[in-house]
Amino acid sequence: MSELNIKFRDPNEIMKLSRLGSFHQSKLSFLRSFIREFKNWDYKIDLFDLDKNGYGTAIYSFSKNKRSYSLICFAQHIDENERSDRVIATKWDAAFVLHDGIPTKDDINRLKENVPKQEVGRVSYKELTLSRANRSVRAFDHVVNSLSAGKQPDKILLNKVGYLYRTTAVYGSGKFGLADRFRIKDRKEIYGPFRLEMMLVYLVRQFTFDQVNYIAKCRDYKKAVQLDAKIARNLGIGNSTGLGMAPFIVNHPTLLHQWIYCREKALKEIRSIEEVNNNDLNIFKDCLSKSKVSVNSWLTDSKYQNSKINSLKSDLIKFDQYLEKECSAKIKYLWNEIYKWSEKNLKEECLEYIVSMMMEPYDEIIDPLINNMSSEEDEYFTIPAHKKVSDLKIILENNYKSIIKINFEAKDNTTNFWFISKNKEEPRIANRYEETGAELEQPLAIARDIKKLYEKIILAKQSSTIGEFLLFNDDVRHVVRRAFIIDEFQYSEIQDNTIGATLIPIDMLRLKLSFFGAVKFDPRSDKWLRINMYQGAPLSNELKNSNDTWVYNVIN
Amino acid sequence: MYSLSELDTISKRASRAAGFSWGISEEIGKAIRNLELFGLPGIKNLSLYLKKIKKNHPEKIKKLEKENKSKELCPIYCGVAFLDQCNLLEKLKIIKFYNVHYPLLILPFISKSSEILGKKLLIQYNDTSFLANFNKSILLKNIDTQICHLTSEIRIEILENNNSFSEQDWKELYKLSEETFVDETESLRSKGAGAGLTDND
Repeated sequence: MSELNIKFRDPNEIMKLSRLGSFHQSKLSFLRSFIREFKNWDYKIDLFDLDKNGYGTAIYSFSKNKRSYSLICFAQHIDENERSDRVIATKWDAAFVLHDGIPTKDDINRLKENVPKQEVGRVSYKELTLSRANRSVRAFDHVVNSLSAGKQPDKILLNKVGYLYRTTAVYGSGKFGLADRFRIKDRKEIYGPFRLEMMLVYLVRQFTFDQVNYIAKCRDYKKAVQLDAKIARNLGIGNSTGLGMAPFIVNHPTLLHQWIYCREKALKEIRSIEEVNNNDLNIFKDCLSKSKVSVNSWLTDSKYQNSKINSLKSDLIKFDQYLEKECSAKIKYLWNEIYKWSEKNLKEECLEYIVSMMMEPYDEIIDPLINNMSSEEDEYFTIPAHKKVSDLKIILENNYKSIIKINFEAKDNTTNFWFISKNKEEPRIANRYEETGAELEQPLAIARDIKKLYEKIILAKQSSTIGEFLLFNDDVRHVVRRAFIIDEFQYSEIQDNTIGATLIPIDMLRLKLSFFGAVKFDPRSDKWLRINMYQGAPLSNELKNSNDTWVYNVIN
Repeated sequence: MYSLSELDTISKRASRAAGFSWGISEEIGKAIRNLELFGLPGIKNLSLYLKKIKKNHPEKIKKLEKENKSKELCPIYCGVAFLDQCNLLEKLKIIKFYNVHYPLLILPFISKSSEILGKKLLIQYNDTSFLANFNKSILLKNIDTQICHLTSEIRIEILENNNSFSEQDWKELYKLSEETFVDETESLRSKGAGAGLTDND
């Protein structure tokens, strides 16, 4: 027990959108925990039935102790003008589905009929995750042309792009008839969140390498060379992410809490270490130094992101000087000192970067937290309606301090509304004073509705039960539920206004993507961004001997 | 077969479109999911009930009493009020609702209340009895005798994972759920995610 008694960071500070939008990947990230869990599983290519253009079917699997997961890949021809990596596109270069077990011929035929068909296709309880992807116009043909001519592709171009394929959403949990989570949730290997989504992306990445090698060989059997492993390792899978992720973090409050809580718990435990050994300090320094190469190769046209990257770069220089001059393993509670200095001297972007880096030396702290990053959400759904109105008033005053001060009479604080578009069934945001449709607003204006609840609560009879209160106030029922959740899970709520004029929706996306382990955030507007996943990750034949710091591998 | 998650989402949206608040609609999504999980026809009943009330939203229950009488009672509002105040049942022992439409829809709320109270609850309407069993199951209580000393045959048959409702039932509920969506105008499209940018790189 540390004599310092380090406290958890205040949700009122951490759960602000600008802070959440400054989070970076860490040892807790799902891509990394997936590789740690599955590196010792048997990896196999079970089928590779492509034609000379790379179209056809391939199956990849991970197996261990009589359990198998199989990725079935369907690659097809599409015209150039049909290619768009938006989730709303209707045709894709490839579609992928993760099947539970080894698929039979009937399964493959059934899936071939459905998976490439997008929204109208149906899958079954035997399938776990699903995604679609497009080739990178900039990189794919260049790589195939180079390899078939016996040359390695241009590294500078590949560094700019970073991937051969971009996926769109990776679906799971019942979408399109996929297995409901409850069917598989007790499997130990998938205790960590989004494990099967991460598995799908990892195997898709391997497929992209096998596909370019195969097409190149078909083109010129004699001349063709294999894609250099070093180059392949530095390629990930691109992903375009729009507003769909934003409602996710609002709609899953206990899950959001678990993610942030684990990060905060890790930080608290690390800051509480009294004697920091030289080896651990060196791991931190080493990861920090390698990671800077990645920061320097982080390219985007976004002004918003560029200013964040520049702030990170200049703060990292400041931090380096501090680290060199003032830090040594002889200092008691060194991590706490580093944290306090960073909090005082660095902007949010770099502060959270350093927090991620501080986790690197500590497997023994991080590993036990990974399995706590899921949530049995249904357990917290029921409102404790026997409680009193006075109890709820205290909860609101304690947990929504800044939110209940917002003036929602001001137009600027209610500018936007969230809706689902009829055309594509995707979440969108629009200006309620300029566009039609605000009467169909989704329940994502949590701050505004909490304030409305608070105004009702202070006028209500304090000794009434919540059940009695709700008989006449069911319009705020959805936020009553949330208030009781936050009472138990302090990091379950974004402590900001999600409909204000100054909202930057991509902050919400980046929060989720950082937990996924994505890097190279590249906002294409304030409403969607591109990212890269698994860049630097071990290839399938390197998994067994890989180490967890692959994310810092130097990008050539 | 539709997943439980799809049943939950579409029931929630359709209920919102039929005039229930978001908070109540969330309860309905979970309730229908549970009914279907327990093998009872939730989607079919909800679809028919929402169609009935679409133009004339039912009245809310104002107070939960031993006998709740009205010309017409809504199974959802009765169910949610009961769930929120299920402790009353310990005092009153029996609570009655009269003239309840589509009474099957009240069952998941009673079932959840059974879990909260830690007591089994018996629900009776018409000639049907159900046993709510701590929200682990809802049993149709149509067993004539408790003990059977000998049976000449026990037959066990695997049932395929089929929906308990027709494709038409689903389409109708889905259509209603679409009424929570906003038709995108040209203006909305031009300002939406990804608008004006090419992502084909």
